[in-house]
Amino acid sequence: MLAGVLHQIMSGLATGGIYASVALALVMIYQSTHHVNFAQGEMATFSTYVALMFINAGFSYWEALVMAVVLSFIVGVAIERVLMRPLANAPVLASVGVFIGLLLVVNAMSGWFFDYTIKQFPSPFPDHPMLGGYLSGHELGSTGVTLLVLLSVYLFFRHTRLGLAMRAAAHNATSSRLVGIRVGWMLALGWGLAAAIGAVAGCMVAPIVFLDPNMMGGILLYAFAGALLGGIDSPLGSVLGGFAVGVIENLGGAYLVGTELKLTMALVIIVGVLLIKPTGLMGRRVYSRV
Amino acid sequence: MRTFWITALLVLLGTIWPLAGFSNYHLFQLTLVVVYAIAILGQALLTGFNGQISLGHGAFYAIGAYTTAILMSTWNVPYWATLPISAVVCAIVGFLVGLPALRLEGLYLALTTFALAVAVPQVLKYKLFEDWTGGVQGLVIDKPEAPFGLPLSPDQWLYLFTVGIAVVLYIIAWNIVRGRVGRAMMAIRDHAMAAEAMGINLPMVKTSTFALSAMYTGLAGSLGAIAVQFVAPDSFGVFVSIFLFVGLVVGGVASIGGTLIGAAFIEFVPNLSDLVSKAAPGAVYGVILIAVMFLMPAGAGGFLYSMGRKLSRSRSAQTDTSEQAEETAAVSHDPMSGMMSMPASAAFVERPVTSESTGQND
Repeated sequence: MLAGVLHQIMSGLATGGIYASVALALVMIYQSTHHVNFAQGEMATFSTYVALMFINAGFSYWEALVMAVVLSFIVGVAIERVLMRPLANAPVLASVGVFIGLLLVVNAMSGWFFDYTIKQFPSPFPDHPMLGGYLSGHELGSTGVTLLVLLSVYLFFRHTRLGLAMRAAAHNATSSRLVGIRVGWMLALGWGLAAAIGAVAGCMVAPIVFLDPNMMGGILLYAFAGALLGGIDSPLGSVLGGFAVGVIENLGGAYLVGTELKLTMALVIIVGVLLIKPTGLMGRRVYSRV
Repeated sequence: MRTFWITALLVLLGTIWPLAGFSNYHLFQLTLVVVYAIAILGQALLTGFNGQISLGHGAFYAIGAYTTAILMSTWNVPYWATLPISAVVCAIVGFLVGLPALRLEGLYLALTTFALAVAVPQVLKYKLFEDWTGGVQGLVIDKPEAPFGLPLSPDQWLYLFTVGIAVVLYIIAWNIVRGRVGRAMMAIRDHAMAAEAMGINLPMVKTSTFALSAMYTGLAGSLGAIAVQFVAPDSFGVFVSIFLFVGLVVGGVASIGGTLIGAAFIEFVPNLSDLVSKAAPGAVYGVILIAVMFLMPAGAGGFLYSMGRKLSRSRSAQTDTSEQAEETAAVSHDPMSGMMSMPASAAFVERPVTSESTGQND
């Protein structure tokens, strides 16, 4: 029993890492623009397809991953500059509409270029179980990669000039402009970074769930839940929330409701957090003037 | 008044002409257009007129469809009798969903309803409900025959029936939106706090709008289930909600007539673009959705409405001036008078002045 629970928690943490990455990508965009990117999952799926294309072209896994990440970064920046810039002060409905449109377009592009058949995605990690049988090689490896990504994002924001400028731009655009930060470009970089993180998450999850154009639909939902649980304006909170949702999902799926209702659990988490503690565990309360 | 008669005439024409001239398949498609229009109307009441963004109306559509299907297959309730039950069920569910929605602003509500839409198929497949819902297999229901020995094919009768229900629902929606409740809904959308200060019972209006909206979309689901004769979890995935949202935006979020355009769009565009590629419908939807948001934020309905207003205004201006011209033509045989009045009329073009002083200019 205990070993079973432990096993569920471990593999929950492994999938939670994926949710944490996507949640972080969501929060990065939310923090700077107050938009929730409904297309985040589809963008990550597309990046994964690009990586698979490079692998099939004869590159090694890691080379393909790096190239896909770089390309995703560029595309992310481009999307911000072209589509999102005019939406800076648009009403919520307009931004939701554009994001849903983007979701549909990217999803269709995945299907168009790479067709709808379910594809296998290779894993660079050994296939045999590790840590005394609690985790598969891929789970352990992907958790490691996720933690590495999260750590480097943290170091980037904490200890580089550019990271500081990006945080400033997200926090207070007007004042940042006054001290000479190019806020527009900072937001675009944030989008690029979010797309790149999504690409890594996609490549890490694809060997587990297999690759098809709708691969990230459920994962995006868990990432939403994670981001809200941790606090949608707190990057650290969203990461922890992502891991927590992974564990909750696995334990609940194994002992509570069964695997058929896993997505409903994400819905319950979202509604529960929004009703009980709308700021999430680590978010700040925002006051608005009348 | 004139618009009323024109609309009535158009509805009559739109009912009789397809009945007489369309094949059964085309009638079926048209029935679905009307069904989607009702569903989109429900969402328009909530999102367009009350400002609560929902990305999960496919859930209410599914509940309506399943209510009808379960009643028809398990309890042998006649199809028409399932509609009031389905309306009540969906209104109650909508009211219950509307309660937590009270605390969710814009984006968060969109997010939560999106999650609802994603979760729907799983709930429908859940094995505890399998006895009623038929699980993954879904339920098959019979197509209703025309009653009273009317000489109509089932498709023709169903089209007539659906249009009849739709007309009633549209008239109700129209009156609600024009009336006191509608003004309260829109006041909340435009400035919630000011609306509350004016004495509007905000929680009451918002939750009842949610109930009303869910009822409309749920009824559409019932009619859709009768038309398609089949319900299954996988036909109520997140894409239903997204399509309804696309139809809403394309038709115009706060436009009652636009819902028909939006419905025709989501019914026919996939058929057309499917010829190109399997991915084309999604791409076309997405591109048009983004384009509408940037170029025509009020949607096709809002666009046509403003065009119509512009047109009628310029036409009424034209008839005014032509009448004036006739009048003045009768008075001013003297060429001098025309020249005299020139500067005066040029200076006061915008002001409504009597025909005697300006008319000659035109």
